[in-house]
Amino acid sequence: MATITIDKASRWFGNVVAVNDVSMTIGPGVTGLLGPNGAGKSTLIHMMSGFLAPSSGAVTLDGEPVWRNQQSYRKIGLVPEREAMYDFLTGMQFVLANAELHGLPDPGAAARRALAVVEMEYAQDRKVGTYSKGMKQRVKMASALVHDPSVLLLDEPFNGMDPRQRMHLMELLRGFAADGRTVLFSSHILEEVEQLARHIEVIVAGRHAASGDFRKIRRLMTDRPHRYLVRSSDDRRLAAALIADPSTAGIEVDHAEGALRVQAVDFYRFTALLPRVARDAGVRLRTVAPADESLESVFSYLVSS
Amino acid sequence: MNYTVAALTVRGLLGRRRGLLLLAVPVLLLLLSVLIRASVGPDHDTAVNVLGKLALGTMVPLLGLIAGTGVIATEIDDGSIIYLLAKPLPRYRIVLTKLLVAIGASVVFAAVPTFLAGEILYGNIEHIALAYGVGALVAGIAYSALFLLFGVLTRHAVVVGLLYSLLWESVVGNFVPGARTLSVQQWGLAVTRKVADAGALTSDVHLPVAIPLLIVVVVGATVFASVKLAGLTLAGEE
Repeated sequence: MATITIDKASRWFGNVVAVNDVSMTIGPGVTGLLGPNGAGKSTLIHMMSGFLAPSSGAVTLDGEPVWRNQQSYRKIGLVPEREAMYDFLTGMQFVLANAELHGLPDPGAAARRALAVVEMEYAQDRKVGTYSKGMKQRVKMASALVHDPSVLLLDEPFNGMDPRQRMHLMELLRGFAADGRTVLFSSHILEEVEQLARHIEVIVAGRHAASGDFRKIRRLMTDRPHRYLVRSSDDRRLAAALIADPSTAGIEVDHAEGALRVQAVDFYRFTALLPRVARDAGVRLRTVAPADESLESVFSYLVSS
Repeated sequence: MNYTVAALTVRGLLGRRRGLLLLAVPVLLLLLSVLIRASVGPDHDTAVNVLGKLALGTMVPLLGLIAGTGVIATEIDDGSIIYLLAKPLPRYRIVLTKLLVAIGASVVFAAVPTFLAGEILYGNIEHIALAYGVGALVAGIAYSALFLLFGVLTRHAVVVGLLYSLLWESVVGNFVPGARTLSVQQWGLAVTRKVADAGALTSDVHLPVAIPLLIVVVVGATVFASVKLAGLTLAGEE
């Protein structure tokens, strides 16, 4: 069992504050670090993995500082975001080298085991440079878990993976968590985080915006007012039927666009309501488009609330 | 020493096109030596000129630069150093191992070719070939340590290294005699003069000055590089 504690940690680069007074505790199980690009997720992971000193505050693993503490790598497995590896090595040689660098008693067996876990044995004798992004990700993963670490830190592990690889990695990470390991991964995609992590930490613009169970985060994100652009066979009739329900806060008939602008307050109720109301009123829906679904607007709502 | 670090470093250094580059420079020197010997015959002044200016003055710093930065700066640049650093390995062992690889490269690609060039040009009369070989070896060690340190300190290690060897050692050293005291090349020459028969060669820096400075630079650069590597900060992607 390993616990990472971030205590009032800030990190600035010159005048730019990348991480601002963040405190969180990450224990066994899968934790998702969610935030838009540039929010400071990588900075946080670099601090947790000892590749960046906090400008103020502390980052500790089981009470020991991680920065300038090489012994902490006995417990930490790190899957960096960057692609660069030793491209001239084969997958097997790469993982084996990592096992040797850890000083494991039987590096060969450890490397074979790690490659088996990520199901990369079939390509272990090919050069890393010839791998696809998903394969590289898996070999990086094998190199990170070759010494059986109690903490696994992954920086944007799902980037560039196809859905099948994504599923496979999620299964793997769930398995590690079930073994009692502490798994932390970052992502800017809510659905991804939600599928895998029970516990979610949200970082926006360097600040710790929210923390908790994925349901709580989902609610925070979906409870905000949503705007939709709706086109139908009879806009006014649809508008009249929608406004009768409490999930709709306001409707504007936009003549120029030839559409309705609907503001919904209850996301789930509204999305269930709209098709039913349309059918009952005999109105055909032509377009239903969220008007402000960009991730940034979701996050900025979270920060302001 | 760490065997795995050494193996990774050697493969990284000699792989890609850098290996060919490392080989091309000494091959050129040897070809040139054969040509000069064939056209001029064995001549003391020509040999000293070629060995001093071309071998010790140009080839050794150039190879030191390629090897010294090649063993670490490329890995820091592309970020693959993270796989070495995310391990419970003392940083000085990583630096020391990489330094030994760089020194090994400068022996094979600079010191030995310098000695061979001396043999071709003038034979080992007055121990000149051996002297320049040893001088190249000593200078190669210092350049390796110095340029390895540059690789840890800055993302522009090659530029900084070139500025040092071109501007400081060549240009400034040519016009300001005092600057030669702080020049790896001159320390190498001081050692060279000592190894050769008495009176065969001259140098601007005396051995009692050169040796302590060489030791200070090699040890200092290695210690400093280890400390800096332990606190290496990876540039954020954001």
